[in-house]
This record gives sequence, C-alpha cells and structure tokens, in this order.
Amino acid sequence: MKTPKTIIEKVWEEHTVQQKPGEPDLLYIDLHLIHEGSSPQAFDGLRLAGRKVRRPDLTLAFEDHVIPTRSLMLTDQMSRQCVAALRRNCADHEIQLFQFGDSRQGIVHVVAPERGYVYPGMSVICGDSHTATHGAFGALAFGVGTSDVEHVLATQTLSITQPRTMAVEFVGDLPQDVQAKDLILALIAQIGANGANGHVIEYRGAPLARISMEGRMTMCNMSIEAGARAGLIAPDDVTYTYLHERPNAPKGAAWGEAMAHWQSLVTDPGAVFDKTVTVDVSSLSPFVTWGTNPGQAVPLSGSVPEPASIADTQDRAAAERALSYMDLVPGTRMDSVEIDTVFVGSCTNGRMEDLRSVADVLRGRKVADGVTMLVVPGSMEVRKHAEAEGLHEVFLAAGAEWRLSGCSMCLGMNADRLDGAKRCASTSNRNYEGRQGPQARTHLVSPAVAAATAVAGRLAAPSHLEAS
Amino acid sequence: MKPLTEHVGRGVSLRRSNVDTDQIIPAEFCKRITKSGFDDALFATWRKEPKFVLNRPERQGASILVASHNFGTGSSREHAVWALRDWGFRVVIATSYGDIFRRNSFTNGLLAVELAEAAVNELAARVEDDSSFEITVDLMTCEVRANGQAYGFEVEERARWLLLKGLDEISLTLLKDEAVREYELTRPHWLPTIKPTPLVPAAEIPEEARA
Repeated sequence: MKTPKTIIEKVWEEHTVQQKPGEPDLLYIDLHLIHEGSSPQAFDGLRLAGRKVRRPDLTLAFEDHVIPTRSLMLTDQMSRQCVAALRRNCADHEIQLFQFGDSRQGIVHVVAPERGYVYPGMSVICGDSHTATHGAFGALAFGVGTSDVEHVLATQTLSITQPRTMAVEFVGDLPQDVQAKDLILALIAQIGANGANGHVIEYRGAPLARISMEGRMTMCNMSIEAGARAGLIAPDDVTYTYLHERPNAPKGAAWGEAMAHWQSLVTDPGAVFDKTVTVDVSSLSPFVTWGTNPGQAVPLSGSVPEPASIADTQDRAAAERALSYMDLVPGTRMDSVEIDTVFVGSCTNGRMEDLRSVADVLRGRKVADGVTMLVVPGSMEVRKHAEAEGLHEVFLAAGAEWRLSGCSMCLGMNADRLDGAKRCASTSNRNYEGRQGPQARTHLVSPAVAAATAVAGRLAAPSHLEAS
Repeated sequence: MKPLTEHVGRGVSLRRSNVDTDQIIPAEFCKRITKSGFDDALFATWRKEPKFVLNRPERQGASILVASHNFGTGSSREHAVWALRDWGFRVVIATSYGDIFRRNSFTNGLLAVELAEAAVNELAARVEDDSSFEITVDLMTCEVRANGQAYGFEVEERARWLLLKGLDEISLTLLKDEAVREYELTRPHWLPTIKPTPLVPAAEIPEEARA
C-alpha cells in the first residue's frame, strides 16, 4: 500500500531531479520570477563566470520595488541604476520584462497570478520573501537570496533540503467582518513570528472554502511572517474558476490534462504532518498589530498588552522595546490609537477584491482631516479594472490619493515613505522598525479596517463607523 | 568563497530577539547593485544610538556576533549577510534564525551556528563581561569552544562540506546537467513558457504622470 502523503510532499517529489543520501535534493524550478532589487548581483555573477541563463523561457522579470507611484519620473539615481541593470540584463538574456509604463507592469506577486503564470503543483521561486503568495494555487513557492537567484538562472534548479510540514487547521464559522488578513494575523499572533520556522504550511479546513483566491493569496503571502519557508492551499473549484479566466492558463485539451493532474494535489487521508496547529475562527474579529513584528497583534477591540504579563524574558524585552518605539502605553485601547497615514496596497492587499472592500467603506464618506490616504493598485491591470468599475472616483471623492502600481509604502525602497515618527495603518505585511521610513510606526490591518481608519482618523472597523 | 575550517575571534553580544533583516540592513541600502561595500549599512539605524554595542571602541574588530532568538527573520535580502560579512563578522551564534537568512549565510561563507538558549546566554554573558573574550568555532568538529567549555552544533552536511572546501555550488550543480535534461523531458507540455514581447504602453497612465 502507498504511504499517504501531504500535498507538500507530493509537489516536492514531483520536482526532485536527484536525491542522494547525505545531500540536499536537487529541485527543478518551473517559474523563476525576478525583480530589480535582488537580481543585479546574480547577473553579474553569471557574467563573471561566463554563464548563460539556462531557461529564459521560464523566467519573468518585473520593475516594482524602487519605482515611484506618482509618475513615470524616476529621479533617484540609485533607483535608476537598479532599473537600468534589470533592463540590460533582461535584454542580454532575452527575458520577458514587464517594465514601468507597460500595461502589464505591477508587483511581481500580483501580476504573475493575475496573468495566469502560476498553476497548481508548480515550483516557483523569486528573490523576494513574499513569493509564498503563489502557494494560494497549491504551488510550492518560496523566497530566496541573490546567490540562489544566480543558481536558478544558471541551472534552473536549487540544491535544497526538504522542509518539514505543518498543517494549520481552520475550524468554525467565519464571522462576516473577518477578512483573510485577519485570519493570518490571528494565526501569527497565536504561534509567533517564528512559529513555523523550518516548515512549509498547508492551510486547511472548511472556512477556507469561503475565502476567494485573492484572500488566499493574502494568507499565503504572510506565511513568511509566521517564520515559514512557504505556505499553500490545495487547489479546488475556487482555484480552477480563477485560473480558467487567465490569459496564460492552459487552453483546450491541455486544460483537461492539467485538471486531471491538479485534482490529485490533495493531502491523502492518513498523511502525517510534522506539526499541526488549530485556529478557531468563529470568535475572531478584525486584528491589528501593536508592536514591531507581525506576531505582536491583538483584536482591534483589544488593548495594548502589558509586557510584565509576558513570561519569556526576551519576548518581554522585545515587547518593551516595541512599545517604546511605537510610543504606546500598555492598556491603551487599540481603537483609540490615532493615525496619520493609511496605506492600501502591496503584494498582500493590492488586488481588486481589496480595492472593492476599501471602496465599499469609503463610498459617501471622507478621509478624516489630517490623515493622508494612499491607494496603490498592485498592478496596472488592477488599476485599469478599478477605474472601469469607478472605484478610483470613490477614492478621489473621499480624499485619498490614487496612484500608479508598485511596491510603494510597503518598504522604504522608493519615494513613498513616511516622514519621521508618523503612524500608519497599512495593508502591507511587515511592521518592523523603520520599515515604512526611518522612525515610521506601522500597524498592519485588513483593507476594510484601513478604510474605516482613514475615515475615523483612528484605528477602526467598518462597524464602528456605522455605530457612530 | 574562502574555505572556512576554524575561526577564532572576539565576540559581541546583541541580546534582542526577532532581529529582522530590515534592522540588519535598511531597505534604502538594497538599491546598491554591487555585492560588497555594505559595512556602512550594517544596523545603520541602530548605530545612530551612541550606546549601540557596535559603536563601542572596545568592540571594534569583533568577528563573532552572539545574537538571540529568530535572528535574521523577515526579508530574503542577501544584503543583510553581505553587510555582516563586510563589517568583519565570520560567525553568528543564535538560538534560531530566519530560514532564508540562514541559507544565505552559508552561501556566503558566514557561519550561522545554532546553539541551545543556555549556551547562547552563557556566551553572551562572557562576551559582555570581557571585550577580549575569545571564542573558537570549529567546523571540522562542529564545536564552539570557549573558556574550557565545548558546545556541539549541527550543520547540514553538504553546507558544511561547501564551507570547508570553499566551493562554488553552481559549478557542482552544472555537473548534474544530464540529470536535469532528463528531468525536463518528463515535464508536462502544458506548463507555462514565456516569450519576450515588446512593451505595451499603459493607456490608463494619466498625462500628468507621464512627464
């Protein structure tokens, strides 16, 4: 009888070129995504060694990290250097590049799925830790460093040890006001920013059936914030419906063949995970971070915790440092914390569903005085669809800024940065010290909470607006 | 990459958990397109605090960083490893690491040693008490030795071998090209392939943004 396997093991084994005792596996990579931030040194390495890109036809490049979102003017010299290097490298090696100003440009982890380049069961890597996003399709997708980018460019493989497996079982009925972002923040708060270290997560359970592909991408995107190598969700009808409409999905008879394979990508009954965690969603409500790592989060209806109540010495010290940096006092209600800036966007929450959710809250309302709100679509395609639906008119009427596509205020690598110790409610993925600019204070939230916060001028859920 | 068999050096202690790669090297420095010269970027924000440990004169020249729990968590930026290396660190000792950071470290000849919390705390205390305190990290025996104590650590066998020999992993993988070609023949025909196409200008960019 066959040994029952997890989906993680199945996908891994399907991509194993070679297995030898005492050595890591040699894993074949189906899709290599590159961007201007982590690839220049990799191409330099190839050049110095006189090597070529082995499979340019499995490589796709994006300009997203350093580009401005106000206009096509790239004034920063170092950013120009990054972009110029990527353009030169892609031209030299005949790699498809979705560059700044192209209608297909956008954030790597938004564009690749929306254009249908990611299928269930594929192996995907990128020199970017949020590559786990593509796990929403049942793909094994993970981030790597520049040396590994070079290794994949040269060989289309990675020499890597098989990670451990972890099941995250969601149980219970999903409350109406809880978004995918709240689920993943709640999980990270439960297990900690290192809780899945060394593991690939499979997100499972009945509540996921109610989560769209875009929501699933949000969840898988933040697997890395739980310390995981990657995270994925087994494909189902939600996956197939989404993929079928994409321009690069298999067509005709190929679709049927692909489907036959994809339907086998489920965890077998009796398969054993190295670790299992259960999250009861029925009592969840919108979540928000209070500290400087994504595990430092509480329900929006909760309060800033008291560090003295934290048993672990180092975690207590980290909490004290976080509160000092965030300028928060234990016991403060999270829904009383005033905000200067609201950022909607990033590879976590820059998709159509996210923008619709924000527009639903903003419609007929105004951004509070003294609050700056940026709405940055995750791709130019998202921008086009949002404008076709008139969402941009809702944003602009409310007093928000409507930008071009890019990574924007998720990280301090482009012009969209917070000045000084400003406080931002952000739909991005990291609330580290200085992440959105030196001294910037970041609270991670869902798109709905971001929109309500912009209107209220303090951290708020849409239900708070209706009550007031 | 230079071979690494044994390293003897002075330590510096950083007792902060969850030190993320944004702290090790802020994103603004990641726009540099070189692979070296990142020493000025290491802990750039924290180094603005005069009392930060790396600013202390007696800590200059330390080559072993005794860190804490979940060191190098966060982004995949290899620049974090380059910054540590360019500053002069050859070894980091911690109770756990961000997965990608640990992998990036080995690739660049920076040894990321994982020890039990008690051992890390003991080493940190000794280093804090005495800036001249030396630690030996032996990759041949997989031991950290200090003050008559020896602490064993585990390193993936292949990573250890590559570090000991100073080998280039790409060259080794290219020797397996035949196996890769054979594998490619088994890949389903319906998997996506990508052909370069010319730029398709975005019509929805407003005129004022095209300047």
